[in-house]
Amino acid sequence: MQSNNWRPSASIAALKQRALVLRKIRHFFAERDVLEVDTPALSHATVTDEHLHSFSTQFQHPFAPQSQTLYLQTSPEFAMKRLLSAGSGAIYQICKSFRNEETGRFHNPEFTMLEWYRPGFNHVQLMSEIDDLIQMVLECEPAEKKTYQALFKQHLNCDPLTATLDELKTLAKHHGYGELAAEENNRDTLLMLLFSQQVEPHIGQDRPCFVADFPASQAALAQISATNPLVAERFELYFQGIELANGFHELTDSVEQLSRFERDNKQRQKRGLDRMPIDQNFIAAIESGLPECAGVALGIDRLLMLALKCNKIEQVIAFENSRA
Amino acid sequence: MLDGEPCNILENEFVKPGKGQAFSRVKIRKLISGKVIEKTFKSGDTVEGADVLDTELAYLYSDGEFWHFMNNDTFEQIAADEAAVGENVKWLVENDTCTITLWNGAPIAVQPANFVELEITETDPGLKGDTAGTGGKPATLSSGAVVRVPLFVQTGEVIKVDTRSGEYVSRAQK
Repeated sequence: MQSNNWRPSASIAALKQRALVLRKIRHFFAERDVLEVDTPALSHATVTDEHLHSFSTQFQHPFAPQSQTLYLQTSPEFAMKRLLSAGSGAIYQICKSFRNEETGRFHNPEFTMLEWYRPGFNHVQLMSEIDDLIQMVLECEPAEKKTYQALFKQHLNCDPLTATLDELKTLAKHHGYGELAAEENNRDTLLMLLFSQQVEPHIGQDRPCFVADFPASQAALAQISATNPLVAERFELYFQGIELANGFHELTDSVEQLSRFERDNKQRQKRGLDRMPIDQNFIAAIESGLPECAGVALGIDRLLMLALKCNKIEQVIAFENSRA
Repeated sequence: MLDGEPCNILENEFVKPGKGQAFSRVKIRKLISGKVIEKTFKSGDTVEGADVLDTELAYLYSDGEFWHFMNNDTFEQIAADEAAVGENVKWLVENDTCTITLWNGAPIAVQPANFVELEITETDPGLKGDTAGTGGKPATLSSGAVVRVPLFVQTGEVIKVDTRSGEYVSRAQK
């Protein structure tokens, strides 16, 4: 066992390809005049989303009597939006992000994220720019666009926006998730189960597929649609069974943002999870004026898995976690 | 434990949307019925742990109904029934160490050693001059197992067999 663990989990050839893809991406943004930035990995606050688990660590200031808790960021979103509020204009970042309790074929607890923001863009304009980037890296067909609702109806014959909890339970039971469904009283958990297990495997097989207009209850940091209050201006990109990116027409209302964070923390408490410190600098930045913008986070490691036709994330990162 | 049966996890795939609930898609073998099923759990869900223990015991003898094993340290004996021994009955060699899976103290599975040595009780006399290869011939072993052996191996010889694949490995080193 011990003997081979010093070796990289990716081949040197794969690492060369990785470097080439990163160079292409930086060139893509340089040509479009999008500024590369570098924001902290360690912060005093962190994400409140009940499904994201931050790593925390202790910072001992040399002159302070007590140490402070710092959190490794699950994405650079908050700090990047503070730059936008401070007038940075269009920005991108390629950085490590950290998520506890995530490991598997498509997950490593630390991974490389490409995140970018476009002031003046809505989510539709941003999708078109992502499409350009993906075509450049993967040399694939242009992406297709579908709505969450249309896909759900097509593959499960059910309207995800109006179905009741009982209807979703029955549907989950019908697809073999009876025991899980019987005890589940959260509509969104059932939607996530059905979408990830019964819809995702069918979409974006031949060309990338944008899934737009997620249910408003899964808005995260996206605006709610002005024309349909049941959906959020949030999208995801899938290709060949891999969830590649998540983007928003960004929420710019600080009161609404704060109330979503507080709702998250209440939900955490209900589930026996720790409340997370809300990033007040982030809230203050939105309040001072986050420009209308769209933003997206894209998993670089997964993009490389597609580019190099690898089926495990460890094949595209130098040392996956068990060797780190 | 699932549906009252101890289970073995064969595969576990972590499924998680970037913004959302994590699930585990698990492939499970039920140890009593031998059924393989797939199940999806919410991450963090718990199931009752099965009180299952693997022990190394020496095979003693069979009385026709039960197969008797002994712990060589404590001399404690355990009898396994046909359901527990199953297909592996043909690899049981007296005094060989086997892995017995106990659930609540009762044997539910018997795993022979990876390699066992058994005597050939019957095989056709091979053609002279043939060495290895060329498909070989069937040979019946003292335990009742039938394996393919090279033509040069004869009745009365002891051979080494891989119990996982049921394949001939070599003549036993005597």
